[in-house]
Amino acid sequence: MFPDLNSILNSSPDSFREREFILLSDRQADASFLIHHYLTFYLKARCKVCFLGLVQSFSHYSVVSQRLGVNLTQAKEKGQLVFLEGLKASPGVLLNEDTSDTTHTFDYLRSPCAELRGLFEFVCKSLSQSGDEAGSEPWAPPVLIIDDLSVLLSLGVSAGAILDFTHYCQATICSQLQGSLVALVRCDDEEWDEDEENSSYLLKALTHQCSLSLRVEGLSTGYCRDIHGQVEIWRRGRAEENQRKVFQYKVHDKGASFFAPGTSRAVL
Amino acid sequence: KLYNVHMIHTVALTDCNTLQEEDQTDSYSRLLLQYFLAEGVVCGHQLYLASARDHPDDIIQNLPLPILDDDVTPKLGEPLPPADAQPPDPMKIAWRYQNFPKVQTEPVSSFRFGHYYDLSKRMDPQLLQATQFHTFYLPEETEERSSSLGPYSGLLQSIQTVIRNEGFDGSSSQVVRNVLRLGVHSLGSALWGDDVCLSESPAHSHALTTFLYALRALLRSSLSVAVVTVPAHLIQSKSVLGRMVKLSDAVVALESFCSSERETSSVYREYHGLLHIRQVPHLNCLVCEVPDNKDLAFKLKRKQFSIEKLHLPPDLSETVSRVSKSKAEGSSGCGSAPSGHVQLDF
Repeated sequence: MFPDLNSILNSSPDSFREREFILLSDRQADASFLIHHYLTFYLKARCKVCFLGLVQSFSHYSVVSQRLGVNLTQAKEKGQLVFLEGLKASPGVLLNEDTSDTTHTFDYLRSPCAELRGLFEFVCKSLSQSGDEAGSEPWAPPVLIIDDLSVLLSLGVSAGAILDFTHYCQATICSQLQGSLVALVRCDDEEWDEDEENSSYLLKALTHQCSLSLRVEGLSTGYCRDIHGQVEIWRRGRAEENQRKVFQYKVHDKGASFFAPGTSRAVL
Repeated sequence: KLYNVHMIHTVALTDCNTLQEEDQTDSYSRLLLQYFLAEGVVCGHQLYLASARDHPDDIIQNLPLPILDDDVTPKLGEPLPPADAQPPDPMKIAWRYQNFPKVQTEPVSSFRFGHYYDLSKRMDPQLLQATQFHTFYLPEETEERSSSLGPYSGLLQSIQTVIRNEGFDGSSSQVVRNVLRLGVHSLGSALWGDDVCLSESPAHSHALTTFLYALRALLRSSLSVAVVTVPAHLIQSKSVLGRMVKLSDAVVALESFCSSERETSSVYREYHGLLHIRQVPHLNCLVCEVPDNKDLAFKLKRKQFSIEKLHLPPDLSETVSRVSKSKAEGSSGCGSAPSGHVQLDF
């Protein structure tokens, strides 16, 4: 959890907006540090979290969260966190080894009928059973975090299927369960690609769905050691408050700092 | 000098894969793959090499000879060569530059990492015999295709079998603290039976990215590290290339000056190509060590491959630049013959 970002977004683990669809995206930069922010943020806020880890293994998220002050293994044991090891399960599914009943979750790896229905059922199942255990106090509203959606394009899932999936998730989690949804989309650098199945198209369509967008870009002037890039924050709302803000950021070992453009400590 | 081996080696500590975009003639990228494998031989790691064009045995036979004498290279903790330590002569004309730090072209690390190799000689066959090799040569394999992996299902199956049988997945009870080094040569070229190099909208465009995804999964759950070279200049669809970059941990692109107009450019005359760091790994951390400077160039000396910070050659004497200047003026003159009294000709 990055305190700088919390103050920019005017939120904290004690008070935060519900029913949000937060879209994280990047171009020529890496926005995955924001995933760690939201994972630790919602765990500290005592939300029930379902995490779809499609690009990294559990140990990676666990080690980083440890540095940010949250123990994922404990959260998993308490039942607060449901972690899907999408990456780890993939070789078995691709080489047709798994024949157990849980494998419908990974239907997106099976072409030609790559689809996300099984994954959606997994999300519903894991988030609807919040606070069932006797004696435990109920968790705060459920949160789904996806890292990341664009890797599904690489695995042969169509952009349409991904949009259907996020729409279903939004309808179920944000509307029915009063929870939130956080998704990361990593964009290709080429803008001229007119192909419908590319990540730029996916990003445009998701921007249309989301309620808060954090867009990470590299600096237009190129690589810099002290400023890693800029974040454009845009919130959907009424016309007068529908504004976008731009901040520059630097990622540290144990967090990230955000500052107004041109006010980096290295510049001043 | 072995900055690349250094980098791959840091990668080796954590299980991840390095993607290497090949130069156009594949000579330098192949060399780096051999460096990677040779380092494995010297360290006693197990090796796995997959190729579709050259027989893996041929690549292994041509591994460079390691220089194991410690006195050739500076030892651990030893200060830099004394030449740097001496105060330079006081500058009389360019006195403003007196206090500037001296340009250090080669990335210096305080300790020695990896080994040095003599590229002009081949590795000792005895040393090779002591190492355990696993090879995968596509023409010798039986064709098996699954729908989502396309032509790569055999390769993935083979890698998984090696990892399981040799106990790199940590499943076996015996404590083996060894590392498996995987090398895949020219992945994605037409010889693998893939058509990403042939058309912009290939029939199984997801096979290559799905394979890299599964390979990443295998590496994360085992004690192994992979270097994959890819003929990036041949891949037609830019979005496939972009996805491949995102699916790997570290990406290094080699841009050779061979048969390009830069070969003759005076700026680059000291180098054989540029080395672009497209992506640095960050595994188990939010941010990783980022280099100060991303402008790197490489050159191949007779015995070693060296990577340096790109810098312009000094414009040494006054006359040299004068001559080129007057030549340039002369040739741009209105068709007058540029001979003899160039400056008076017009």
